[in-house]
Amino acid sequence: MNKEGRQVERLQLPFRVAFHISMQSVRIRFWRSVITAAGTVLGIAFLVSVLTAMMIQRNSGAVTDPSERYRMTWLVIMSLLVCLVGITNAMLMSVTERYKEIGTMKCLGAYDIFIVELFFIESALVGFIASVIGWFLGVFAVVLIKLFGEGFKVFGWISPGEVLLYLIYSIVIGTLLSVIATIIPAQVAARMPAAAALRVEV
Amino acid sequence: MAVQPQTNQTVSTGTEYIVRCKDVVKEYMMGTQVVRALNGVTLDIVRGEYLSIMGPSGSGKSTLFNMIGGLDKPTSGSVFINDVDMAQLDAQELAFLRCRTIGYIFQTFNLIPVMTALENVMLPMIFGGLSTDEAIDRGIELLKLVGLGERLHHKPSELSGGQQQRVAIARALANNPQIILADEPTGNLDLRTGKEIIELLRQLNKEQGVTIISATHDLKMVDVSDRIVWIRDGRIDRVEERAAVEVRVGDVEGTPG
Repeated sequence: MNKEGRQVERLQLPFRVAFHISMQSVRIRFWRSVITAAGTVLGIAFLVSVLTAMMIQRNSGAVTDPSERYRMTWLVIMSLLVCLVGITNAMLMSVTERYKEIGTMKCLGAYDIFIVELFFIESALVGFIASVIGWFLGVFAVVLIKLFGEGFKVFGWISPGEVLLYLIYSIVIGTLLSVIATIIPAQVAARMPAAAALRVEV
Repeated sequence: MAVQPQTNQTVSTGTEYIVRCKDVVKEYMMGTQVVRALNGVTLDIVRGEYLSIMGPSGSGKSTLFNMIGGLDKPTSGSVFINDVDMAQLDAQELAFLRCRTIGYIFQTFNLIPVMTALENVMLPMIFGGLSTDEAIDRGIELLKLVGLGERLHHKPSELSGGQQQRVAIARALANNPQIILADEPTGNLDLRTGKEIIELLRQLNKEQGVTIISATHDLKMVDVSDRIVWIRDGRIDRVEERAAVEVRVGDVEGTPG
């Protein structure tokens, strides 16, 4: 413990502690987290389904229309943007719900940066899990649809290496998306006055 | 215009003041109207005393309380805590002050719902830079002190209101604060539990010498307070010493609000 009481030292909360708090936060507010995650899951599922469908088409030897590819890219980008807004919205709700908790932490001496950190870890965590689920759903849906259309030869057109590569894409894009969407909500949370802790709902 | 009932009496004795408010004015904007919540309050709080701020809702009681607690800044006038002008502190220094010098107790307990009793008590210590092991040891010690030695790993939702408030008191004591600010600490508790909490606060005040400042309209507080500050219309209506109050309790109970 530092004894130079007068001097304001820069205190960093151990990452382990912050991570633990964030994880508990996600667990206890499970349904709120599910709603936040749903945006990422759907966006990533769409991205992966498009990628998988294109891969199957390519491997089956069918001719791909270049304009089709262009159109799909555009659709994927738009869907991811819609996701971004959705996550921001859900996170903002979550911040306003937790004003008392945030205010209390500030009363106990939390720096603004810690509140920001907490929200970022939380969203990265949710984003990560959502990306994996989204990836699975995307691959699963396309394979199922193609299975009905083309029969078992579909399995021959799937390259496992590429599908695994999509998992990496998904995690990177999904987690990033979730974190970017949290910038504004985290700022709102950090600016919340400590006095918010004293507010009593009527 | 400012009411200064206290300064003249005690200034000569040379008592150390922990909080000093000087001509504190606070104005809020409500729509286009300026509302004056505090209208020139001067109040000195002696180290180690148990002070209650009383007044009807809308009297400016909470506003004054927020000023003393470093939760809000006055429009004009100044608040000194340990002779440090609060207006001079930046956000980080304020956070540091809240962490080390002041312990907060709330009407709605405000435990972090995702954490156990022990983790709640540990939180301010972790913010204060204590290692986890040290924080655990002290956390257990504090929870025993408030009589919750057997409930260390319970979540707030598994505790009664009185128990939650005890956890909150343990948490407020975490970093050995000089001041405990209690905002309606008994407001959400039944009569008996409220009494127990007040007794606990009084005991801590006596044994640990911590200054307790509470905003309340719970008249049970009157019995234990060293001084009671009555706020009305943004000003100090009167300040009463404990001895004087005990005689007048009957009257007090008759006052509206």
